Amino acid sequence: MKDGVNGVALGVFIFFFLAVTVMGFLAARWRAAENANNLDEWGLGGRSFGTWITWFLLGGDLYTAYTFVAVPAAIYATGAAGFFAVPYTILVYPLIFTFLPRLWSVSHKHGYVTTSDFVRGRFGSKGLSLAVAITGILATMPYIALQLVGIQAVLDVMGVGGGEDTNWFIKDLPLLIAFAVLAAYTYSSGLRAPALIAFVKDTLIYIVIAVAIIYIPIKLGGFDDIFAKAGHALSQVNPATGKPKGELASGEKNQWAYATLALGSALALFMYPHSITATLSSRSREVIRRNTTILPLYSLMLGLLALLGFMAIAAGVKVDNGQLAIPQLFEDMFPDWFAGVAFAAIGIGALVPAAIMSIAAANLFTRNIYKDFLRPDATPEQETKVSKLVSLLVKVGALIFVLGMDKTVAINFQLLGGIWILQTFPAMVGGLFTRWFHRWALIGGWAVGMIYGTVAAYGVASPTQKHFGGSSKEIPGIGEIGYIGLTAFVLNIVVTVVLTLVLRAVKAPDGVDETSPADYTADAGDPGVQADLPPATAGAPGGH
Amino acid sequence: MTPARVVAALCLIAPFVGMLWIGSYAKVEPTLIGIPFFYWYQMLWVPVSAALTSVAYILVRREERARKGGDSA
Repeated sequence: MKDGVNGVALGVFIFFFLAVTVMGFLAARWRAAENANNLDEWGLGGRSFGTWITWFLLGGDLYTAYTFVAVPAAIYATGAAGFFAVPYTILVYPLIFTFLPRLWSVSHKHGYVTTSDFVRGRFGSKGLSLAVAITGILATMPYIALQLVGIQAVLDVMGVGGGEDTNWFIKDLPLLIAFAVLAAYTYSSGLRAPALIAFVKDTLIYIVIAVAIIYIPIKLGGFDDIFAKAGHALSQVNPATGKPKGELASGEKNQWAYATLALGSALALFMYPHSITATLSSRSREVIRRNTTILPLYSLMLGLLALLGFMAIAAGVKVDNGQLAIPQLFEDMFPDWFAGVAFAAIGIGALVPAAIMSIAAANLFTRNIYKDFLRPDATPEQETKVSKLVSLLVKVGALIFVLGMDKTVAINFQLLGGIWILQTFPAMVGGLFTRWFHRWALIGGWAVGMIYGTVAAYGVASPTQKHFGGSSKEIPGIGEIGYIGLTAFVLNIVVTVVLTLVLRAVKAPDGVDETSPADYTADAGDPGVQADLPPATAGAPGGH
Repeated sequence: MTPARVVAALCLIAPFVGMLWIGSYAKVEPTLIGIPFFYWYQMLWVPVSAALTSVAYILVRREERARKGGDSA
């Protein structure tokens, strides 16, 4: 890493980067509609994507560069505990099978672009919709920043990050260029750009993982040797904590944390705006259901990728920053040109989700803050314009985040973001099945969950950090260590239920529900649900 | 709840029981080509849960079609 620039790897990396840049700009013309000036076109790709495009788009969206770097990095540092990502992604699919088709149907019927649109329509509450929108934007920003951290890790290992003594501008120039390009084609092509680039990204990732999982074990003497060495290394005592660094199978003490992290993360994943954006861009309800049966292929890939963390231990990769472990393993093990392919896979893996996330955050701002509170009479053209501009602002914000602050700040906020976004679950998923919850009770539950989660996460110390040292803490009343997000979520539901009972007892006024039960099961082709929504209805919420 | 819906629901619940019952798989032996049980068992659940979701999908779709056919008749 310190011995200069890896020219061959860098060349391959630049080649792929240029290729996807061209694709990004050309994407604007791909399946283009006659009138591109509405949010359904720019922000949801015309709501026209079929099973395979949705599969690539969701895969490209959910399994980000940061995932590729962070999951094996967690294994590299602690062993078994990092593997929770696999049960987490297994549990996601049965979960979304039950609620996403309902969200798709009601959104198509009423022209909803964001989850906040739905919450406002369902509960007739702009306040609740604002709470959901702000939570979504807050949770997404650090996530975008972490995609940059993923690119930085790759650049560092290739030797173009520069040493500590390099001028900051030269040091960050490659990152600035990558992001300027990303911002430009997202602005011009909208959701079509990441959808097209996702094909390249996932193909590269699958090739790299397939090669890595066969080639590296052969070089290291087989899985027996890898796990023997890793088990030995993990049983060493960490001087900072006085305990072993990790374990090969989750011990009694850590099982609650493992289970709650898996469950809590699974519940949270589809509350993120970018997951919903990719879902709503699909052509029909069937496309989503079918995808829940083929998306697990990505979980398998994630599991194999996680095993690379053990290979990094066994190969004796020594890095101070665990996030460099996997890029460094590739650099050490692969011939230069293939290391370049692997780095390109991670780099492009950052661009796809970053684009979708910035579009999703921009849609939230435009629909649920700009249109609801600032300019209620905005036309679809104005909405699209605002959304495009905000997508730029969001990315600049993420860039400042990463360049201006310590990397751990972005990671801390990402951790908080996961806890926060889970607090929108009762309003959204609850709302899809029942209208029993009172809108004010949902706001109350949300606030309690947000506050508890933030305070609890602030109070977690680690050997290296005084605050935000991790995402698990003792669960009050149970005494086991568990995921803070899930504890906050349970608290949130309890408060929501109690407040609903109270508010119903005092007959607090209910909001107007603009949806009807049949809206939740409607599919493309049914009366009132058109394959392509005309822009006029897409922009007009009920009540006009 | 029709019988088909009950089966579909069971298919969707099974992965939660399997994955969250960590005591059932938190061990190193038996290994598979050198990979500890803990890892290959969880990865085995990926195709298993995909198959279960597919079953649920087929059952629910068949039922929805039957119901729609019934409505229009």
